[in-house]
Amino acid sequence: MALRSVVSRKTLAPALRHYRSLTTFTLPDLPYDYGALEPAISGEIMRLHHQKHHQTYVTNYNKALEQLDAAVSKGDAKGVVQLQSALKFNGGGHVNHSIFWQNLKPVSEGGGEPPHGALGWAIDKDFGSLEALVKKINSEGAALQGSGWVWLALDKEQKILKVETTPNQDPLVTKGVSLVPLLGVDVWEHAYYLQYKNVRPDYLANIWNVINWKYASEVYEKESA
Amino acid sequence: MALLRSIAISSNKTITLARSARSLTTATLPPLPYSYDALEPVISGEIMMLHHQKHHQTYVTNYNSALELLHTAMDKGDVSAVVGLQSAVKFNGGGHINHSIFWKNLRPVNAGGGEPPHKKLGWQIDTDFGSFNALISKMNAEGAALQGSGWVWLAFDKELKRLKVETTANQDPLVTKGATLVPLLGIDVWEHAYYLQYKNVKLEYLKNIWKIINWEYAGEVYEKEAQ
Repeated sequence: MALRSVVSRKTLAPALRHYRSLTTFTLPDLPYDYGALEPAISGEIMRLHHQKHHQTYVTNYNKALEQLDAAVSKGDAKGVVQLQSALKFNGGGHVNHSIFWQNLKPVSEGGGEPPHGALGWAIDKDFGSLEALVKKINSEGAALQGSGWVWLALDKEQKILKVETTPNQDPLVTKGVSLVPLLGVDVWEHAYYLQYKNVRPDYLANIWNVINWKYASEVYEKESA
Repeated sequence: MALLRSIAISSNKTITLARSARSLTTATLPPLPYSYDALEPVISGEIMMLHHQKHHQTYVTNYNSALELLHTAMDKGDVSAVVGLQSAVKFNGGGHINHSIFWKNLRPVNAGGGEPPHKKLGWQIDTDFGSFNALISKMNAEGAALQGSGWVWLAFDKELKRLKVETTANQDPLVTKGATLVPLLGIDVWEHAYYLQYKNVKLEYLKNIWKIINWEYAGEVYEKEAQ
């Protein structure tokens, strides 16, 4: 699993009129069936979330990349700057959802099993207990105004775990260049509304049943080495 | 009959606190001027019920909580707390303002919903956008392109005396985009406004909502503000 690339891409051959090649992106496969996370997250939500929402970010990111490539080639500074909003939103959407699918795991495959080893100890050190961390993430997630994400982050520089939120599809790195995402929880309404309606706290309470702490531990151990 | 009906955006009740010489007016959830399923098939009864009874009610409840805390902080001269409360006041107060306008912007088809604007607002739309259809296209495009949660507005700029299409993020009221902007029409593009029915296809929701837009209300506000 750690060997599998988090983000799948394909590289286009360079065009004749410039010397760089453009790498575009494809939707990564889910490592489980759409229905495999029930009852925490319904199969209908997982399918729409993956096939519609994430796919749209990939499609629109690729479009923005093509336009960026053209603007850079032409030296069109205004065009380059104008594209940044689409790049951040759609590129961020792709980055964030690619991490999210790895953060979830069916119960039958270990989803929900608490973290052990180095990450478990770090959580106790930095938050007091796993329960305290879960409570903090739930509270920040519930309080987030509008759309966004709530993260368990490792600050590589300070060597400490943190809970952060980002608005819309801003990736975690926009909150600090030394922050590495271990876990992200999508609190956009599309992530839960069909099942939980307006009751975001119930979605948050239940998602811990399918959290893939093994993946978070692998990232933690790699980044804190 | 709409002219006689009060267009106040919230019903208030006033509480006088014994230990302070200032009073606090809190907000209450305004009733919808139509039944929950009256906007079908454009917006489902289930969405209208949740949107009004859960989402809007929560903004009202949380706005009132923030107001009470603000009142106390002001009594004590606690500047830090007053500043700290502004986020909750803007989000929840904005949510209350925006949704109160929204319910008036919608109308069942059999009560005139969807009938295009005539008279002064109709002419102003032609002047400022070229045509009614051009305005619709613009609002749909801006609504579809809005990143995250927010609103798309048809605004009247009282100072420049012209109409504009604006968007605001989250529950920011229109006035955050300009002190002279008056909301004529707001369309909620938060996912909760459409997801149960339209899923990810926000554009379908936008294209359909014009069938139940209450242009009569927008016309009244425009004529009052354009004097």
